[in-house]
Amino acid sequence: MTKGYLHLNTGHVFEGDMIGADCGQTGEVVFTTSMTGYQETLTDPSYAGQVLTFCYPMIGNYGLHDTASESVKPFVKGVVTGELWDEDDKLKSFLSSWGIPGLSGIDTRALVKTIRQYDTVIGVISAEANVSNTWETEGSLTLMQRTTVTHPKTYGNGTTHIVMVDFGYKKSILEALVKRGCFVTVVPFSYSFKQVERLKPDGIVLSNGPGDPKALAPYFTQLKKITEKWPTLGICLGNQLIALAFGGETKKQLNGHRGSNHPVKDLQSGKVMITSQNHGYVIADEGLPLGFNVTYVNVNDKTIEGIKHKSLPIESVQFHPEAHPGPSDTDYVFDQFIAQVATGGNVYA
Amino acid sequence: MPKKDNIKKVLVIGSGPIVIGQAAEFDYAGTQACLSLKEEGIEVVLVNNNPATIMTDERIADRVYMEPLTAESIEQIIKKETPDGVIGTLGGQTGLNLTVELYEKGIFNKYGVEVLGTAVEGIQKGEDREKFRKLMMDIGEPVPDSTIVQSIEEGLTFTQSTGYPVIIRPAYTLGGAGGGFAENDQEFEQVLRRGLSLSPINQVLVEQSIKGWKEVEYEVMRDGNDTCTIVCNMENMDAVGVHTGDSIVVAPSQTLTDEQYHILRDSSLKVIRALGVIGGCNIQFALHPHTNEYAIIEVNPRVSRSSALASKATGYPIAKIAAKCAIGYHLDEIINPITANTFASFEPALDYIVVKLPRFPFDKFPEGDRSLGTQMKATGEVMAIDRSFEGALNKAIRSLEMNVYSMNHHLVDSMTDDQLLKELAEPTDLRLFVIAKALKRGMSLDTVKEVTNIHGWFLKKIKMILECESELASYTWNHVPDSLFIKAKKMNMGDRWIASLFGVTEQTVRQKQKSLGIKRGFKQVDTCAAEFDAVTPYYYATYHGSDEVTSTQTKKILVIGSGPIRIGQGVEFDYCSVHAAQAVQKYGYEAVVMNNNPETVSTDYTVADRLYFEPLAVEDILAVAQKEQVEGVLVQFGGQTAINVAEQLENEGIKVLGTSLSAIDCVEDREKFYRLLHDNEIPHIPGKTVKGIDELKEAAESLGFPVMIRPSYVIGGQSMFVCKNHDELKRNVEQFILSENERGWPLLVDRFIPGVECEMDVISDGESILVPGIFEHVEKAGVHSGDSTAYFPPINIGENTKKVMMEYAETLASVLPVRGIMNIQFVVNEDTVYVLEVNPRASRTVPIMSKVTGVPMIEWATRVQLGENIPKPLTGLLGEPSYFTVKAPVFSAGKLPDVDHVLGPEMKSTGETLGLGATKEAALSKVFGQRVHKPQPLLFCSITDQRKKDALFFIQACSNMGFSIAGTKGTARFLNENNVSCIAVVDEELREWWKKHQPDTVLNIPTVGRRKERSGFTIREMAITYDVPCFTALESFNAWLDTLNETKKNVEPKSVQEWISKTTLKMG
Repeated sequence: MTKGYLHLNTGHVFEGDMIGADCGQTGEVVFTTSMTGYQETLTDPSYAGQVLTFCYPMIGNYGLHDTASESVKPFVKGVVTGELWDEDDKLKSFLSSWGIPGLSGIDTRALVKTIRQYDTVIGVISAEANVSNTWETEGSLTLMQRTTVTHPKTYGNGTTHIVMVDFGYKKSILEALVKRGCFVTVVPFSYSFKQVERLKPDGIVLSNGPGDPKALAPYFTQLKKITEKWPTLGICLGNQLIALAFGGETKKQLNGHRGSNHPVKDLQSGKVMITSQNHGYVIADEGLPLGFNVTYVNVNDKTIEGIKHKSLPIESVQFHPEAHPGPSDTDYVFDQFIAQVATGGNVYA
Repeated sequence: MPKKDNIKKVLVIGSGPIVIGQAAEFDYAGTQACLSLKEEGIEVVLVNNNPATIMTDERIADRVYMEPLTAESIEQIIKKETPDGVIGTLGGQTGLNLTVELYEKGIFNKYGVEVLGTAVEGIQKGEDREKFRKLMMDIGEPVPDSTIVQSIEEGLTFTQSTGYPVIIRPAYTLGGAGGGFAENDQEFEQVLRRGLSLSPINQVLVEQSIKGWKEVEYEVMRDGNDTCTIVCNMENMDAVGVHTGDSIVVAPSQTLTDEQYHILRDSSLKVIRALGVIGGCNIQFALHPHTNEYAIIEVNPRVSRSSALASKATGYPIAKIAAKCAIGYHLDEIINPITANTFASFEPALDYIVVKLPRFPFDKFPEGDRSLGTQMKATGEVMAIDRSFEGALNKAIRSLEMNVYSMNHHLVDSMTDDQLLKELAEPTDLRLFVIAKALKRGMSLDTVKEVTNIHGWFLKKIKMILECESELASYTWNHVPDSLFIKAKKMNMGDRWIASLFGVTEQTVRQKQKSLGIKRGFKQVDTCAAEFDAVTPYYYATYHGSDEVTSTQTKKILVIGSGPIRIGQGVEFDYCSVHAAQAVQKYGYEAVVMNNNPETVSTDYTVADRLYFEPLAVEDILAVAQKEQVEGVLVQFGGQTAINVAEQLENEGIKVLGTSLSAIDCVEDREKFYRLLHDNEIPHIPGKTVKGIDELKEAAESLGFPVMIRPSYVIGGQSMFVCKNHDELKRNVEQFILSENERGWPLLVDRFIPGVECEMDVISDGESILVPGIFEHVEKAGVHSGDSTAYFPPINIGENTKKVMMEYAETLASVLPVRGIMNIQFVVNEDTVYVLEVNPRASRTVPIMSKVTGVPMIEWATRVQLGENIPKPLTGLLGEPSYFTVKAPVFSAGKLPDVDHVLGPEMKSTGETLGLGATKEAALSKVFGQRVHKPQPLLFCSITDQRKKDALFFIQACSNMGFSIAGTKGTARFLNENNVSCIAVVDEELREWWKKHQPDTVLNIPTVGRRKERSGFTIREMAITYDVPCFTALESFNAWLDTLNETKKNVEPKSVQEWISKTTLKMG
């Protein structure tokens, strides 16, 4: 085992054993509290650009599975774990093959308690005990350009046509739609209104993705135009983009929500659902765009977890109804969306 | 929704005496729930006749009824108290069954009592096999197909439609005896035939077998608004087939993919919604080892042993929250007390692993059937927390207090490879050690995996520990590489075990750690994996990471808990630990509590100022004591556990409070003890200490038979035997050698003197003593005090005798001297009072005496240890109350096949029950269970020749009361000769006869106990199988006779508070 180090811009250094690739890139250090689903998490494009810490101290126990990845490759800048259980070095080779470094043998709890004290912590994994670093990270737009599809791709053979505007979608969103009888076209987020219109969609999904939604400011006008035209579901980054496109405001959270145990309250039913979450930005309390209602709030910190347009068929959620990892309590969000699409968006009061 | 306004007074039904399968976890849940209701301003009425619990303390409920847990008795309480609501889901299966019974009898309706929490219809759907199956089919959830059959033909019809394998479970057999698996028609017929004949009602349950699948449990919460959350999931290391209470369990699950975790989670939510549970619910699943296929095994719509484990594993107080849900609150309205800033409607995230190991009673019952199956056999459990499986497993092993400090066990050493294979396939309580031995012998992981169906991840981890161990052993102490040593400590291998590998002392091992700079770090249990700040002082130690726990400046006292519940050391010592912690707090210190038992109140993080969930081995206690810089350690309240480590702690420089170690040694070392008694002119029973079999024979000869033998350091009379002659002596010693290791020697051998046995708990400041009362045992000396029925105040002891006892107690307290609490046992033979033994610690009777006299005994015992003296007006023997208290033992005989439950010097009971009454008979009638209502009940007798004459009078009395009498051949002949009409039953026909003529009571005075081949053993076994009261001592039989006329009287039940207010004790 070679020693490796996680250097933080706070001056802290954590020593562990190097796994995966030798040399890392700088990124925001974040943590997830999910106890299962390491493979799903590693391959979730929303983690692009980040150094991902697993709070659960034992990762890899049940191996890797062909169907569990949320995208074709991991986009993280590094992985930090406690104990890594890696039979036949599968996980290590997986990381190496994508040039991603990692550390095992880290007291991740101590690391999390350190990160927790700061707004944003930047870090880098290195085999060197000393590094000089400018702590500059990749811009959000660059990240999204990497996580979005380059060309439109179609999936499923249903009759309802959904266009998913892709900022780095999770496979499970696609599957949730296809399973419900949708024909899905995944398009790059740079697609214009005209290009989307030509596809003759019945509904739009704005996907999840990495980074700061404000980096997409140049696209707000066209996103607004698209969502106004067709029934729309926004998920995670998609939720934030809808708020921004309609004149709302987003902000960075202190530590973000990353895990499978986030309680959100459906303000209509009063019921609380446990959701899977992965976001560092959120619609600001005072940033609710005009014409929207809040549909869900986080039970713990009361942040906005979902909004809905008062007259147009636009609804979006900050959490991940598609689960993987995490619970599928809010799976019905897709059902509601599909029902909405089926009526062409005409039932809204 | 906020709390229901119409609910002002609530009746809580407790779980009663501790039996296997229903233990301290319900004290924890009940206590928490009662307090949770009280803090909402609700008046709490509790019924529970288990006196050893915290739950039945005056301060936990406004009214505590220690009354029988029967529908009749509870109806009386309801009538008197007229509660608005009742919660029946906190008292285990007992509470649940009573709730259903009271509901079905229309009693709740009659008195306008609302069933709070889950509706009875929901409970019934969860409990009734057929209703549950139907509900599951309706909601599309898979359950194994099953049916009840009464003939081979019915059975075959079932298997023709479902196929094999199937599991066969005969109804009402001892510990599920006669059950088994079948793979084909031939095997099926064979097992089924045996099962049908063994079942007293000729009924067998046949079920599709899912043996070998993974067993996974989910703890689910649901509120009245249909919000559902999972508190925790748990994975059994043992595959389906071993009762979850007997399984090695980890939390959270370790080998389930995210997909599998959530398939089962989704199913859990579906089930809890379909049942309409409000509060907590436990759901057990079987998951196919290679696919996502699953089946629901069982649902418990109540708090359970698993929910206690889940609460301790996560920090989420299930019972507390469930009680709040029952009175109307929604989960998102209840603050999560761990973080104080999030809500109960969330799912805990763990950043550690929890390992639970069951604690079995087979160190006391080596002759018992040790096989593990669907009948639970463990009496208790331990839990350990660490950041690796290896660490948590090693911590859990040393928490067991089985004289085992690694996965090496002397009982498996001599097993052949074939025996090992058999034990792997048919697991017993030793399976962890068997697995280790098999792997060490070179058996391949694949073979072990295939035979045990245990997931490879667990087995590989076990193997890694063993490899590290053998690598260590390949070096001499001075040459152990640092990295290897560090690796071993990271696996949390015990200092004691490492020391024994090298033949060095534990101190040497600790010294090496110090020089290498290896230190354990303490971490917090916070329900959220450090995502939020947490306020709870609930900690564990690990070698994986830094110390995050900051201490405070306040002076601290460490209270050492009592570890896992085992026979002889039960929930009563948890009661003592909790009271000690509270006393310490009351007198200005912070209470630091250490314990490893997840079932208990003492490991509720609200009890101590700082709770360390840790093993109670020297190294672990030392680390906490040093970390917290405690002023001193209290060792008198955790049973024998803390006493056993006191000396080592003191050697390590920790201040042990209370009675000095030399005084402890003086009462625990029999020779020194007898010398002390002799020097102070206190009569003692002649006895000797012997170091080998030859010495033993000589001693027995010179003392004269009968003699009593026992090891020098004992808990609950472990391995105690009365021997009437050389033959018995030989046999018992052989058995003893089998069950103990070298720690048992030297043995103590005493002349056996029968007489009235008494005991008292003495609080002493070294000069003056305080004795709240004396218990008199119903059975003659020779029956372990834990298994005796006992009266308070005493009945057959005169004032003079009491005075003598007090004099002896005062002498002992001052010459030893004792500071704190001790228990003294006496035997009164003719006019002589002998001191039998002194236990330098709190005893089993402390909670009872505290409750029925109102004297806060543990508080006083703590105060004197903190330096206070007993004020003069309180010294001496307190006045006796005007009412009677009877404590009676409760056994788990039905759960332990092949264990003979004849009363004797070795303790066998798992719990105790209490009866309070204005007369001795009234009190007795409350502990003797169900009454016989038949016009002509049947008594079956079998009396050893030596006691036939003594028994005659009592049997005659029974006959006069309208009983018909039957008996074994010799007994019948004797009775008929003496004009008591008795039907004779020959031994060979006993079983068949019993099936046809079920007796209502059995009187069996055996010649020898614990011998399977004797007919007496069969009689006692039959009595247990048919659930018939069986008396094995004439004194208890006599006491029972006294109560027979009592039952017809209808007396209004009284709460403990009412009883106590009537008394005029010296202390208020």
